[in-house]
Amino acid sequence: MAVIVLLILVSVLVAGGFLLAFLWSVKTGQMDDDYTPSVRILFEDNIKVDQKEELKILPSSK
Amino acid sequence: MLQETCFHCGLKCDASIQVDKKFFCCDGCKMVYKLIDENGLCQYYDLSELPGVKAKGHFVSTKFDYLDNAAIQEQLIQFKLGDQAHVTFYLPQIHCVSCVWLLENLNKINPGIIHSRTHFEKKEIKLIYNPTLISLKELVQLLAFVGYEPVIHLGGNDWLKKKKVNKKQLYKIGIAGFCFSNIMMLSFPEYLSNDALELGSLRHFFIYINLLLSLPVLLYSANGFFISAYTGLRQKWLNIDAPIALAILVTFGRSAYEILTQTGAGYLDSMSGIVFFMLIGRWFQDKSYDSFAFDRDYNSFFPLGVTVLEQGKEVNKLLSDLVKAEIVLIKQDEMIPADAILLTEGALVDYSFVTGENAPIALQVGQLAYAGGIQKGRAIELEVVKPVGQSYITVLWNSPLLPTDKNEEKSFVHPWSQYFTIVLFTIAIVSGIYWSIYDTHKILPAVTAVLIVACPCSLLLTVTFTYGNVLRWLGKRKLYCKNASVIEAIHKIDTIVFDKTGTLTNHDDTHLEYKGKWLSKDEMVAVKSITRESLHPLSQMVTRFLMIQVSEITQVQKIENFIGKGTKATCDKFEIIIGSLAFLKSNGIEQQEHYEGALVGLGINGIFKGVFKINHTYRIGIDRMIQQLLKQGYQLHLLSGDHPTEQANLVKILGQEIPMLFEQSPDDKLQYIHQLQKRGRRVMMIGDGLNDAGALRKSNVGIAVTDQTHLFTPASDAILEGGQMYNLKNLIDYAKKAKLIIVFIFILSIIYNIIGMYFATSARLSPMVAAILMPISSISIVALSALLSYLFSSKLRAYN
Repeated sequence: MAVIVLLILVSVLVAGGFLLAFLWSVKTGQMDDDYTPSVRILFEDNIKVDQKEELKILPSSK
Repeated sequence: MLQETCFHCGLKCDASIQVDKKFFCCDGCKMVYKLIDENGLCQYYDLSELPGVKAKGHFVSTKFDYLDNAAIQEQLIQFKLGDQAHVTFYLPQIHCVSCVWLLENLNKINPGIIHSRTHFEKKEIKLIYNPTLISLKELVQLLAFVGYEPVIHLGGNDWLKKKKVNKKQLYKIGIAGFCFSNIMMLSFPEYLSNDALELGSLRHFFIYINLLLSLPVLLYSANGFFISAYTGLRQKWLNIDAPIALAILVTFGRSAYEILTQTGAGYLDSMSGIVFFMLIGRWFQDKSYDSFAFDRDYNSFFPLGVTVLEQGKEVNKLLSDLVKAEIVLIKQDEMIPADAILLTEGALVDYSFVTGENAPIALQVGQLAYAGGIQKGRAIELEVVKPVGQSYITVLWNSPLLPTDKNEEKSFVHPWSQYFTIVLFTIAIVSGIYWSIYDTHKILPAVTAVLIVACPCSLLLTVTFTYGNVLRWLGKRKLYCKNASVIEAIHKIDTIVFDKTGTLTNHDDTHLEYKGKWLSKDEMVAVKSITRESLHPLSQMVTRFLMIQVSEITQVQKIENFIGKGTKATCDKFEIIIGSLAFLKSNGIEQQEHYEGALVGLGINGIFKGVFKINHTYRIGIDRMIQQLLKQGYQLHLLSGDHPTEQANLVKILGQEIPMLFEQSPDDKLQYIHQLQKRGRRVMMIGDGLNDAGALRKSNVGIAVTDQTHLFTPASDAILEGGQMYNLKNLIDYAKKAKLIIVFIFILSIIYNIIGMYFATSARLSPMVAAILMPISSISIVALSALLSYLFSSKLRAYN
């Protein structure tokens, strides 16, 4: 049964790790904005720009 | 007919401006599109439908000149080092995914911008830029050009403080949650034991860890309750936090005593759980509408900088530095910042924001122009007669009639908590006396148990969660309240005062009507060709009106403008005179009929043809909403700054019974509200402009109506979107039902308390009972509050 002491200490430590993670995320502002990141991740890098730039580069490189 | 829609902003337009087979309503929109297209950012138009904000048409390049001032820059720039500077702007126009996309790709338009990040809900943008490549002024100009003109406010770092408070609250919740869940888990053997489990020394180990875990809850998470209770007691006032703080202390004290003397396990799980739930409740209720500002003073409406003429040279000055006798230069669409005397001709001032009057007024040289008017004609010069702070409109803010601490956090639960405390102590004392007769060993357990169980937390939980829910539902229906005490103030309302212009009528949607003799197509073409030459707002309205009828344009041979009067012109075979009726009369054109309202008269070849009449469009559903409010017994009043020309129309819509006052100055409105309150009425004021600002603040509940929530609204308790005016009665009803919900749930929590009291007074409160009672009552209160506020909102939802 004495092993329970160890197990409980470990479990509290693990939970404490999550608490620290939460506090860190609040501190670094990750809880400030809960909408924009979800939109931002869906933006694609613009393909049109790349094509235009290629066109610009091609004639001069010839 | 106008069949096309502007590719950029979605406004209806004709097909005259066209690029890449896309139509635009104006050159401004076209230029913004070109800029976006050239930089390969056309995804802007794909991400959401018609994302563009209508371009201002012309771009006053001197508007932001004050940003070159080093002192102003220092206030705005948060961080500057070498070729990096950080600045944050509030962009109220942010409204969709496309906005986020364009703003975060600004670096593609100007390489001087290193990085940009938007915060959608706060409508903020954080920019990192290279000051050697792009100046702050150019940066703001670029933002304004693409349609996101920042609202710049000097000297206010209040939002930074607010952020810190919010974070602290989250820390407290996180820590309380962590400790609560662990204590709960470690208490499990205690609940089940009854010596069935052979725990031995392990039992003490669990309990000591619990005691350790409860310390951060007591010392950190719950400190808000202690501080609030202490400040309340120092002011000799027993607020709701006092009994809560007492309950937390007693619970902890008894638990610590039991644990240290090894006589029991204490009630640490209940204590940390209660703290956790109450913190969540507060956080839930305090979630505010970050992007709205409810306490703007006149400074927010006026520009920051102003152009001053010093020995014939144009100098940019901060508005706050403006003194008497200085000469200011006001360009088209700029605001007159202080009461001033007109020096040059051409003043055409739109006072709609200050007085509620619809049509712009032409001023003569030597006349006084009031602060807050917007110049619609060409640039004018004025001599300042009063500093900004003492101008007619700004003086309103310093009126001694205005309450200073309106709708501050002083909830009706606070007086209740006093009765609660009295009842609580009575029960504790009675049970103490009872046990002192029968079993002196049980005095302390019984008395402390009473204080533990009967904590007013359930009352606090009910109130915070219900108000939080109601605030959210009202927000979904576009009524944004400043805080929960506004809902309490709405409960008591019995009188509603309306403003007319912009509140009952729709500001943006005035439409013209032609009354008079029939006009031939050629005549219409000629009139349109003349009116399109003028920038006068009425003239532009006539142009738009005729644009729908005819599409052609002809050559204008001769045109002569009389500022503030009208236009004389020759076009084709017609000699046209258009302008005020007095102007027509002075040119020998008489009319027999009598017309009322804001008018533009038209005479062709010396004969009176008719008038273009400006009609206000009333918001949809107003009449029914007014009838519903009357039926419910509210006293309604109407205060308008405008002329009484609309009275007949208003009577038709609103009925005979409503007192209507016209030509009311901002101060008249304030006094009117004051008189009503003196007679014991509890007044809700609904208005929109700066002219209502005093009345809005004086009233018990001031609601500012706006058609675009990103536009400025005067200081108010709540902001209502104009399109929801028809829903006003339901919104008020719903806010009033909040109290019903609270009373209902409170009865439930009293039942819980009685059950708890039974165990407590009989000195049989085991940790197990406390541990079951606490979560059940808390969770059922939260769930019931959410359910009831959802059910009661059915009427609100039905209107959608």
